[in-house]
Amino acid sequence: MEYLLEMKSISKSFSGTYALQNVSLRLRPGSVLALMGENGAGKSTLMKILSGIHRPDEGEILIKGQRVAINSPRDSLKLGISMIHQELTPIDEMTIAENIFLGREPTRMGVVWYGEMYRKTRELLREMGISLDPKTKMKDLKVSDIQLVEIAKAVSYNSDIIIMDEPTSAITDREVHQLFRVIRDLKAKGKGIIYISHKMDEIFEISDDIMVLRDGQFIDSKPASETNNKELITMMVGRELKDIFPSNKPVPGEVVLEVRGLTKDKWFRDIHFQLRKGEILGFAGLMGSGRTEVMEALFGIVPFDSGEILLDGKPVRFRKPAEAIASGLAFITEDRKVQGLNLLASVKHNITISSLKKVSTRTGILQFRQENKEAEQYVQLLRVKARNKDQLVQYLSGGNQQKVVIAKWLMTNPRILIMDEPTRGIDIGAKTEIYKLMNDLAHQGYSIIMISSELPEVIGMSHRIVVFHNRTVAGVLNQDEASQEKIMELATGQHLVRS
Amino acid sequence: MSEASTNALESARARTFNPKQFLREYGIVIALLVLILLLSIISPTFLTFNNIMNVLRQVSINGLLAIGATFVILTAGIDLSVGAVLAFSGVVTASLVQGGAYPDWIAILAGLAAGLVLGLINGVVVAKWYVAPFIVTLGMMSAARGLTFVYSDGRPIPGLSESFKWFGGGTLAGVPVPVWILLIVFLISSFLLYRTRIGRYVYAVGGNEESAIISGVNVKRVKIFVYAFSGLLAGLAGIILTSRVTSGLPQAGQSYELDAIAAVVIGGTSLNGGRGKLWGTMIGVLLIGVINNGLDLLNVSSYYQLIVKGLVIAVAVLIDSQKSRKS
Repeated sequence: MEYLLEMKSISKSFSGTYALQNVSLRLRPGSVLALMGENGAGKSTLMKILSGIHRPDEGEILIKGQRVAINSPRDSLKLGISMIHQELTPIDEMTIAENIFLGREPTRMGVVWYGEMYRKTRELLREMGISLDPKTKMKDLKVSDIQLVEIAKAVSYNSDIIIMDEPTSAITDREVHQLFRVIRDLKAKGKGIIYISHKMDEIFEISDDIMVLRDGQFIDSKPASETNNKELITMMVGRELKDIFPSNKPVPGEVVLEVRGLTKDKWFRDIHFQLRKGEILGFAGLMGSGRTEVMEALFGIVPFDSGEILLDGKPVRFRKPAEAIASGLAFITEDRKVQGLNLLASVKHNITISSLKKVSTRTGILQFRQENKEAEQYVQLLRVKARNKDQLVQYLSGGNQQKVVIAKWLMTNPRILIMDEPTRGIDIGAKTEIYKLMNDLAHQGYSIIMISSELPEVIGMSHRIVVFHNRTVAGVLNQDEASQEKIMELATGQHLVRS
Repeated sequence: MSEASTNALESARARTFNPKQFLREYGIVIALLVLILLLSIISPTFLTFNNIMNVLRQVSINGLLAIGATFVILTAGIDLSVGAVLAFSGVVTASLVQGGAYPDWIAILAGLAAGLVLGLINGVVVAKWYVAPFIVTLGMMSAARGLTFVYSDGRPIPGLSESFKWFGGGTLAGVPVPVWILLIVFLISSFLLYRTRIGRYVYAVGGNEESAIISGVNVKRVKIFVYAFSGLLAGLAGIILTSRVTSGLPQAGQSYELDAIAAVVIGGTSLNGGRGKLWGTMIGVLLIGVINNGLDLLNVSSYYQLIVKGLVIAVAVLIDSQKSRKS
C-alpha cells in the first residue's frame, strides 16, 4: 500500500460550470498534505466529495488501494475519513463530552453511559494536551477552545484520514503549536492528514507535500522542501505578485484621535494610543486580548467605565454607533456575516444602508437614481465582482463580501476607519487588493486602525503597532523595529517576566 | 468555486428559465389563478361581479391587518394583538358615533388613535425593554380585549349614525368602500416599504439586527414604528368592521391575527425576517378569501374550510423553508 488515499481525475460541475476538472490527489500514510488555493479554487468541493457531501461526476476514489464509493457523510466516516469543518457547529447547551460523542454516545443497557463518556473525553483531551473540563458547556467556551474541541472530536473517530479545513483560523499561536504536536503524533501513527490553510508559515512548518488548485484545476504538487512562499503564491494566483504589501506608505500628519486611560471592568484597562492622519495603526495581540472590545467601546456599541476619547483634541463619547458614524468613524467588523452584512439584501442595499440620508430627501423618500449611481461608483471603485448590484450578497465570495462592507463604510465619508481582521478568510488576490486600497486611503488622508492576528500583515501594513496583552497595551512598536518575535514577546507577556 | 465560476453560474441561472425557481417565486400566484379557474368552472356564480366584490369586501379587513403584520414580520417580530386592538378601536368608535353623538370624523380619529396608542405600547416594550414580541403582543392581546370589555361593559354598542355605515357598507363607483380603503393603504404601504428610508431599515433590521445597529440604523425607532403601524391599521380595520356590522362588538376580531399572519406567510414573507414582499401578502389574503368563498359557494361546511386553510398554510411554510435552505 503506497497511498492511503488516491483521488483520480475527479470532475464535478454545478449547473454546467466546472468546480473541479480532472483533479487528482494522493495522500501517503504518515504524512501531511497541504491543499492550497485561493478561495473558490475548488478545495472545499474536493473535500466535500471526500466527506460524502457531494458526489463526483467523474473520477474514482481509492482508499488503501481499494476503489470505494462515498455516497454520504456516514459512508465517509465508515471508510475512516473525518473532517474538521471551517465553520464551527457546536451545540451550545451541550457539554464538551456530549458534543464529541454526539450520535455515538456510549450506552449501558440502552441508556447513555455518562461516566464512560466523560472518562473517554478526559482521556482524549489529556492526550491532546487540552486542559478543559469535559463537563463544560460549549456556550461557556472561547472560540479557540471550541476549535480545539472540534479537532479533538475529529481525532476521536480514530480515522485514518483527517481533513482539517483552516483549523487555525480562530486559535492563538500557543494553541497552534499544541495542534501541530497532535498532528505529529497522528503522523507517527501512520495517519494521513489533509491540511487546508491560507497561512504560509504554518504550511511550511507542518506539511510534507503541497498541492495547489486554481479555478478547479490541478496546478502542481511538490514536496514542501522543494518550494517556497513566492512560488506557491504565483501558483495560486496564476501571476507574479510583485509585492503583497504596498511599499509607498504615506507620512502621517497630525493626531486625529487620542485615547487616554480607557477602561471597562473585566474587558480592558488603561488603554492609551494616538492615531494620526494618514496613518495605519496596527493592533496586534492574541485572540481575546481585548482589542475588539476597545474598538466596540470607542464606536459606541458598548459603554465604557472611565477614560477619555479625544477626536481632533476635543473629548467625545459616543452612546451609539450612529453618533460615531456622524463624527466620521467607520467600523469594519471582524465577522462580516454576523455583524457586517445583511445577507438577505442585495449588494446595493448593503452598500447604501449606512448612508441612506445621502440618497434620500429630507422627508425620507429614496432617490433611486442617485442611490444607483452612488452604489455603482463604489462597486467600481472597489471592483466588487458581482453579477450586478442587485445580486444578493450571500452569493458573493468572501473577498467580495468584504469589499461590500468596506464600500458601505466608505460611503459614509469617514475619516477614521477601524478594520477588525480585514482580510480574514479571503484569498490572496482579494487580500492584495484590500492592502492596496488601505494604503491608497491612507494616502488620501484617511486614518486606519487595523486589528489583525496575522503578524506578517500587521508588520507589512502598519506605521506603528500597538500590542495588546491581557486586556491592556503591552507596548507600541514602530514598523522598522517590529518583528514577529518582538510582537509575540509583548503579546504573550514575556516582556513582563524578563524585566 | 472561484469567483469567476460563481459569477458564470449565477448568470447561467439568470439566463436560463428555471422552472423550480419560478415556481418558488410565483407558485402562490399560480395557485390563486388555478383556484379561480377551477371555481369559475365548478360554480357559475363565482366569477360574477357581485361575488368578486363580495370576496374583496370580505378580505379587506384581513388585508389591512396583514399589511401591518408584513411590516412587523419583516423585522423578525410578530404581532398577536391586532384582533383585540381591532375590537377596542371598534367599540371606541362605536361609542362616539352612537346616536350621532359626535361627528364621524372625530369618532374615526379616536378609533385610529386607540389602535395607534396600543401599537405604540407594543413597540416601546419590544424595542426598549427587549421583551420578546411574542410575549409582549400576547399580553397586549389579553389586555386590549379586557379593556374592550370594560369599556363596553361586555355589550355590543348599536345605533350608529347612518353616515358612518358608509365606510363599511357603502360603495364608490360600484366598488365597496373597504376595498378602496385597502387599495389606498396598500399603495401607501408599498411606498413606505420600498421608497423610503424607514422601509429600507425595516428590511435591514429583520435581515441582520446586529449589523443594522453597527451600521447606525436606529433599530429601536424602526421597531416602534412597525408595531405602531400595525396597531394603526388594526384600528382602521376595527372602524370598518364596526361600520359594516353596524355596531361595536367587544368580541370582534378573535383569531384575526392568525389569519393575518397566515396571509403573510402564504405570501412568501419569512418569519425569520428580512425577506418578503407586500404584493405577496395581498395574494395570500386573496387566496384565503377565495378559498373561503369557494367553499361557501360549494356548500362545504366551515369546519372543512379551517382544514383547507391549515393545509394551505402548511404548504406555504414548506415552500418557504425550501427557499431558506436554498440560500
